[in-house]
Amino acid sequence: MSDYRACREAYTTTLLTLAQEDPSIIVISSDARGSCSLNTFVETLPDQFVEIGIAEQNEIGVAAGLSVVGKNPFVCAPACFLTARSLEQLKVDVAYSHQNVKVLGVSGGVSYGVLGSSHHTLHDIATLRCIPDLTIILPSDAAQTEAVVRTIAHQKGAFFIRIGREKIPQVYTEELGVKPFTLGKANTLREGDSLTLVSCGELVYHTLEAAKLLSNEGIEARVLDMATLKPFDEEAIIKAAKETGALVTIEEHSINGGLGATVSQIVCANHPVPVKTLAFPDEYLVTGNSLELFAHYGLDAKGIAASVTTFISQVSTL
Amino acid sequence: MTIQALKQQALEVRKTLLSMIYQAKTGHTGGALSSTDLITALYFEVMHIDPSNPKWEGRDYFILSKGHSVEGYLSALAKRGFFDESLLSTFCQYKSPLIGHPNNKIPGIEMNTGALGHGLSISVGMAIGLKKDKKPNRVFTLMGDGELAEGSVWEAAMAASHYKLDNLIAIVDRNHLQISGSTEDVMGLEPLRERWESFGWQVEEIDGNSMLEVVNALKAAPFKEHKPSLIIANTTKGKGVKEMEDIPSWHHGVPNQHLYEQAMLDFESMEKELQNV
Ligand SMILES: Cc1ncc(C[n+]2csc(CCOP(=O)(O)OP(=O)(O)O)c2C)c(N)n1
Ligand SMILES: [Mg+2]
Repeated sequence: MSDYRACREAYTTTLLTLAQEDPSIIVISSDARGSCSLNTFVETLPDQFVEIGIAEQNEIGVAAGLSVVGKNPFVCAPACFLTARSLEQLKVDVAYSHQNVKVLGVSGGVSYGVLGSSHHTLHDIATLRCIPDLTIILPSDAAQTEAVVRTIAHQKGAFFIRIGREKIPQVYTEELGVKPFTLGKANTLREGDSLTLVSCGELVYHTLEAAKLLSNEGIEARVLDMATLKPFDEEAIIKAAKETGALVTIEEHSINGGLGATVSQIVCANHPVPVKTLAFPDEYLVTGNSLELFAHYGLDAKGIAASVTTFISQVSTL
Repeated sequence: MTIQALKQQALEVRKTLLSMIYQAKTGHTGGALSSTDLITALYFEVMHIDPSNPKWEGRDYFILSKGHSVEGYLSALAKRGFFDESLLSTFCQYKSPLIGHPNNKIPGIEMNTGALGHGLSISVGMAIGLKKDKKPNRVFTLMGDGELAEGSVWEAAMAASHYKLDNLIAIVDRNHLQISGSTEDVMGLEPLRERWESFGWQVEEIDGNSMLEVVNALKAAPFKEHKPSLIIANTTKGKGVKEMEDIPSWHHGVPNQHLYEQAMLDFESMEKELQNV
């Protein structure tokens, strides 16, 4: 378990390093410094931290204001509140007003597990994709999270980054040998020509594990990490459709409006081939922690592999 | 119930909620313990309710706006007979109906809360509706003090006095702490009483861990005709477990075996003391 790392720690450790060199970086939080692993940041750079209290709408509005006067604000708080309660501020004050605000949503997806649907974030890709000029990134591990922070820190613009809560296994190991992150580009984590598995966020690891299981059955899957959900790497998807003839998408999001919907739209418009979406159903979930929920809804390696096998047999009889 | 019996009942609720958290290895311990006396008084003495008929038309309504304090709420509901107490041992387990926030699939729970700053608006809606129907039912809402930073609370506060909702009784669990520390350091609330008064509320301030003061205040509410009532209940976060009292990290701390067993022994000796009075 020693190579398990939490993305939130990678995010704030990197941010602290960058902020020590750049006093215009201001971190804003809403009684969430613990949840965001910000305690060291607050102790080290108290003047570059603004506590807003439990007031997420105010939080995003204040960040927009800081941007107007030339600061480089980073909002850090639970994804569920920032993407629902503060949605209007995110749309109007940040994206529409072209402000330079980076929003980090922690404990996204089903990270909060047993706390229930008020605390789940399974709507963010669908919702935020409809806001022009908002870049959306779902890193898949700590190394990629660190690379994301470094990439966006000095870019001007509106960014939303969603990460999980728990310590998770590493995707971008030395052995893999892939550069963790290029903004707007898919990463090919595994080559294959039977079909393409497209994932993002925490489920990338489980997708890679599924690809290994499938390989034992003679199915060689290409695996794409679609870390940037917007702007979307359409070319990588069209290429995969042409070269592998079928795609399965895997995401920690509602089945509606997320990665699967995006991929399907692109494939349909450019090179129609079968696409299957694996995601959470359009219903309130059973009680469970995130790993229990992944397994329950067929989003763990075993579940993904099983769905892919069925899908492949359906496709080949078409 | 007598004050003595209610105190006894509150100890039972404290024991049960701590067991739930200890077994589940998750929970919001501090705020559940600070609000136990308030919830016990509401469910065992003050509110008109019928556990055998949770949707009884004549019932008073309760909304736990600080939904994270669900453990004490579930314990009280079970002990009052809304559902079988044995269900509590499944709290936060895979596929259990009992999650870490209130859910209205559970008998006795009106609304799904957990995102802070929603309860007062919901309560205003219920109070307006009840008034329109000329019904005598009252609406009780329990909020956290950190929760009061949400702007929506003050939108609801404004609406409550605008509509002269004297059937609405809101309670603030004033334990002076939220996750990151003291409320006054994180986002100052004082002068809290004056702020609510200036929004048109009739305010009473009590010791929210004194059963006598809690019952007296809740029974005296609504305090004034044509005005919503607010009770500022001064409490201690983690009340009843010395090691947890007034310490921010116990917001969602889970006791280890030693502390859990010690706390249960302490509760038992508190019970014995009560019986000897
Ligand atoms: C809208 C929203 N923002 C943030 C949270 C996360 N959260 C849960 S409890 C809590 C602190 C609550 O403090 P307080 O209201 O004082 O409650 P208490 O001290 O009674 O536990 C926070 C920030 C939430 N549940 N809802
Ligand atoms: Mg509090």
